[in-house]
Amino acid sequence: MTDMTASHAALEPSRSDKFRQRTVPLILFAVVLLVIPLFNPSRSMVTLLNHMGITIVFALSYNMLLGRAGLLSFGHAVYMGLGGYFAVHVMNWIAEGTGIWGSVPMFSMPAFGFGAGALAGAVIGWPSCRRAGTPFAMISLGVAELVAAAGFMFDSLFGGEMGISGDRMNGPELFGLSLGPVDEVYWFIAFWTFIGVLGTYAFTRTPLGKLSEATRDNPERVEFVGYSPQRVRYLVFIFAGAFAGMAGGMSAVQDEIFTPENLSLIPSGAILIATYVGGIRYFTGPIMGAIVMTYMGSNLSDYTAGWLLYLGLMFVCVVMFLPDGIAGIVYGTADTIRQGRAGEMWRTWMLRLMGLALVGAAIITIVEVAFRWSDGYGEVFEPFGLQLTVENPLTWVIGILSLVLGILALRRAAKGGGK
Amino acid sequence: METLVFALLNGAIYGLLLFMLSSGLTLIFSMMGVLNFAHASFYMLGAYLAFTITEGTSFWIALFLAPVLVGGVGMLVERYGLRKVHAQGHVAELLFTFGLAYLIDELVKIFWGRTAVNYRVPEILDFPLFTLYGAQYPAYRIFILFVAAFMLVALWYLLKKTRAGLIIQAALSHPHMVGSLGHNVPLIFMTVFGAGCALAGLAGVIGGNYFVTDPAMAVQMGPIVFVVVVVGGLGSLEGAFIAAMLIGLLQTSAISINASLADIFGFIGLGADTELGEITIASMAPMLPFLLLVLILMIRPRGLMGDREV
Amino acid sequence: MKSTVKAALAAAVSLCAVQAAQADTLKMAFIDPLSGAMASSGEPAYQSFVLAAEHINADGGVNGDMIEILGLDNKISPKESLVQLQKAIDQGARYIIQGNGSSVASAIIDAVNKHNARNPGEEVLFFNYAAVTPEFTNEACSFWHFRFDAHTDMKMNGITDWIASREDIKKVYLIGQDYVHGEAVAHAAETQLAEKRPDIEIVGNELHPLAKVKDFTPYVQKIISSGADAVITGNWGQDMTLLVKAAADAGQEIPYLTFYGGSNGAVAALGEGAIDTLYQVSELAANMEDVSDEQNALVEEYKERFPDYDYYYHRAFVTLDMFDKAAEEAGSNDPIAVAHALEGMSVEGGYGAATMRAEDHQLQQPLYITTVAADVTYPVDNTNLGWRLVEGGVIPADAAETPTTCEMERPD
Repeated sequence: MTDMTASHAALEPSRSDKFRQRTVPLILFAVVLLVIPLFNPSRSMVTLLNHMGITIVFALSYNMLLGRAGLLSFGHAVYMGLGGYFAVHVMNWIAEGTGIWGSVPMFSMPAFGFGAGALAGAVIGWPSCRRAGTPFAMISLGVAELVAAAGFMFDSLFGGEMGISGDRMNGPELFGLSLGPVDEVYWFIAFWTFIGVLGTYAFTRTPLGKLSEATRDNPERVEFVGYSPQRVRYLVFIFAGAFAGMAGGMSAVQDEIFTPENLSLIPSGAILIATYVGGIRYFTGPIMGAIVMTYMGSNLSDYTAGWLLYLGLMFVCVVMFLPDGIAGIVYGTADTIRQGRAGEMWRTWMLRLMGLALVGAAIITIVEVAFRWSDGYGEVFEPFGLQLTVENPLTWVIGILSLVLGILALRRAAKGGGK
Repeated sequence: METLVFALLNGAIYGLLLFMLSSGLTLIFSMMGVLNFAHASFYMLGAYLAFTITEGTSFWIALFLAPVLVGGVGMLVERYGLRKVHAQGHVAELLFTFGLAYLIDELVKIFWGRTAVNYRVPEILDFPLFTLYGAQYPAYRIFILFVAAFMLVALWYLLKKTRAGLIIQAALSHPHMVGSLGHNVPLIFMTVFGAGCALAGLAGVIGGNYFVTDPAMAVQMGPIVFVVVVVGGLGSLEGAFIAAMLIGLLQTSAISINASLADIFGFIGLGADTELGEITIASMAPMLPFLLLVLILMIRPRGLMGDREV
Repeated sequence: MKSTVKAALAAAVSLCAVQAAQADTLKMAFIDPLSGAMASSGEPAYQSFVLAAEHINADGGVNGDMIEILGLDNKISPKESLVQLQKAIDQGARYIIQGNGSSVASAIIDAVNKHNARNPGEEVLFFNYAAVTPEFTNEACSFWHFRFDAHTDMKMNGITDWIASREDIKKVYLIGQDYVHGEAVAHAAETQLAEKRPDIEIVGNELHPLAKVKDFTPYVQKIISSGADAVITGNWGQDMTLLVKAAADAGQEIPYLTFYGGSNGAVAALGEGAIDTLYQVSELAANMEDVSDEQNALVEEYKERFPDYDYYYHRAFVTLDMFDKAAEEAGSNDPIAVAHALEGMSVEGGYGAATMRAEDHQLQQPLYITTVAADVTYPVDNTNLGWRLVEGGVIPADAAETPTTCEMERPD
């Protein structure tokens, strides 16, 4: 008996390990959040950062389902939307200030969203969590379509096409934040993003969080041990809905508006892509995915009309070649460096980067030329002063030659990496 | 009476079109377990290719050539895309097709522009066949009926009466066993995926000019196809047929019902002035398939005719 | 001939370049869908504004400043629009242009009101060129918002005026999308017809779900059995094309009066079936007689520059012309001064004079009822079909005008 506990203790990570692996990253994250305003970001940058914070919490809640519990949902935006809608209603009640609402601070909106999201998860999750896999995915798709349609039908709840808007500058102020200017909203978002990250991380450490992973990997054995996989899925679903609702509450304060479009399949698909691209096998994957995809979603369209095509290509490539997403690259690299194989890695990485650059150049050339050709406005793609048109043979030399060379280099790197 | 006749006629044609679209998906889904999100994109591809071929030659060539081309594209996608992803499980495969749908949509916009194209019904079929209750009935709809029926019979013959069909059928229910018997399962998969896409392409050729050929047509058709396949049941073409007809008839006939929820549930006290009571059955018609989907999955996850769970 | 034109163009361009080098740029942000499924309505509008800006810049700009149109893609999402709005303001744009989607417009009006209240001295103006919800210039009116398109009730005024003049129309059928816009259209049609032609019977008032119906034949069958002489619909996108297509397939030859029949691609999708079936109300009639050569040259120039699209967003040109005139009159490009000058401003448009009504910031202009015909000078969608003015289809500005309930708060 004593031997057993001793061996358990030996398997368990040491105190310093725990601190290094669990507490330090959270402290670092908090420091980053605190330091960002020192760089004096522009207001549009702050707006973008705020949206990133919202998407981070949303993506983490989505990964509670997809990554941890193995439940693929096509309707996760429903919970963010319902939480957000409820928060906007609360904001309007605060603005009226009748009864108890007059003393509710605007700062607490995400908590209301959390509650509404949990309730929505509890109601919708009951029928849909009885099965995993494809039936779950299909039910989530059907539910998303139904809820989005209801969003257009019930004007008093969802405000019809124009949605419901509120004003965040009401109610008692907390921490001296009026929440008027966008940089004050930043502190609000930063606070709740941190709470969201902390909360979802803490969830993975709970017995329920561990059980959800077990249910994903082998539901039969979970049942043998005496737990009901259905109930585990249901509880996880409620928590995922709750954190999504919290993101909705954050979004209600940041954007002060919710429209039925927020409930539809489009944001649900976007969060699926963001989470997957970030890497569903790592806790931090969705955070990286949320940051990258929010940035690309808002800014890539400034540079090219073909941003959706690039996004689609990137997504397909991640699914095909990088199933662990961005986080997979980051941690893979970190591991290799830690193992002291940096020099060896350096060579394959150089080859890989060269290949990526060539393939990237080829794809950009082809896509940009194609888009300009398709528009027919006579615009010409002119990188570095080159006049690349459809008729110009140089276009196709760059396009095809560098594509072929790039793929060859990547193949070589893949083989070298396998050594 | 006239509403009923029209609802039946149009419901049947819409149902047949849905079946053409979903039969390919059922084949793919049953055999490979891949819920192909890009299936409706292949339907769109079929319509656009048919438009281009019709411009250059004639509709009749397009009717054969476009599905073949779409099938070829599908086979390439399977060979160089899906097969790579296969090892990572069904979620990865599904996400691959999800991304593929984005790509096909964007490529279609590059090649054919962002607005609708002028893909017309061939002149020889562009006449009213008969007049029914004051409305002319276009001959092209009857043509759709015939093409769909022909496809149905051909598919049935191929699957039930030929050796290739036997193998495919076996692979539908027991893919591992078929592999153990020495058949080239990857080749079967590639062929089936290509054939499924070709069927979607064929639906595009005849659906594109019946409806409108524009870049939004895939997104609009996408979700409903899944409903048909899941409701019909895994591994069952009959199920897909019944589900498609059911949904076609359900949608078209619900449109002609003007009753509101208050009329139906008035007895439990639902007022006609409340927001819920004002909703009419007609305005809910397009949502009915999704309601059906959720209900079926909750009550009978095998689907109507399926022999395994999804 | 060609080469002289080219030489003149080159000279003009170089002149512009020289001027641009000396002059400051005046940034105007165009926030609308420029990618995805809705790009086909955002992009031609963007091109229209770009072309209109080029014309103004060639004429010496606005108070000597050169207009630069920043195209920002909002993916038709209200939230994304707010990100793009902030980006536009940070890049120094004090004028925001948007039109697609009343949900987006309402979000932008709200955000602009809040921004101007929270950031005095940094005000921005919102030029709405296509969001037609009447509230924006009625109970929800704002000093910072100007609408350059006729709203639902005004367009409906045009349609019902024309119906009232047609003695042979006795029964009208209303069909629309089941959301705010469709309901507003149906309501406006009912009240206005009851007023103008009490003898007309409304034989159907149908709402169908938004963008979900594939086969409109059952609806068309209902319309046929109702014996309607005309149909009014506010449908847009596929809901409009599929409805009219189903009607043409069933051999119906009654007018389908639409708001958005002229959107890009609709005529191409319908083909010959649209002739004398598809009607639209809009602020232009490209094939009308007595249009100035200058205006026709603009229509041709647009087609040549942007072969995928046709001259449809006439309001883009009216918007920028009026803005230019107002800024010159105010002697400043400051938004508050320009806003005050815009109130009551009037310009001579290519298809009739347009005036910005001061009390609600709603543009008043003549409207035209047109239908699809085969023998026209300016066909659309790269087909041989185009829009022809119908008899009695000219609706003067004062006939289309509706009263407003706007109580505007103006800054001092």
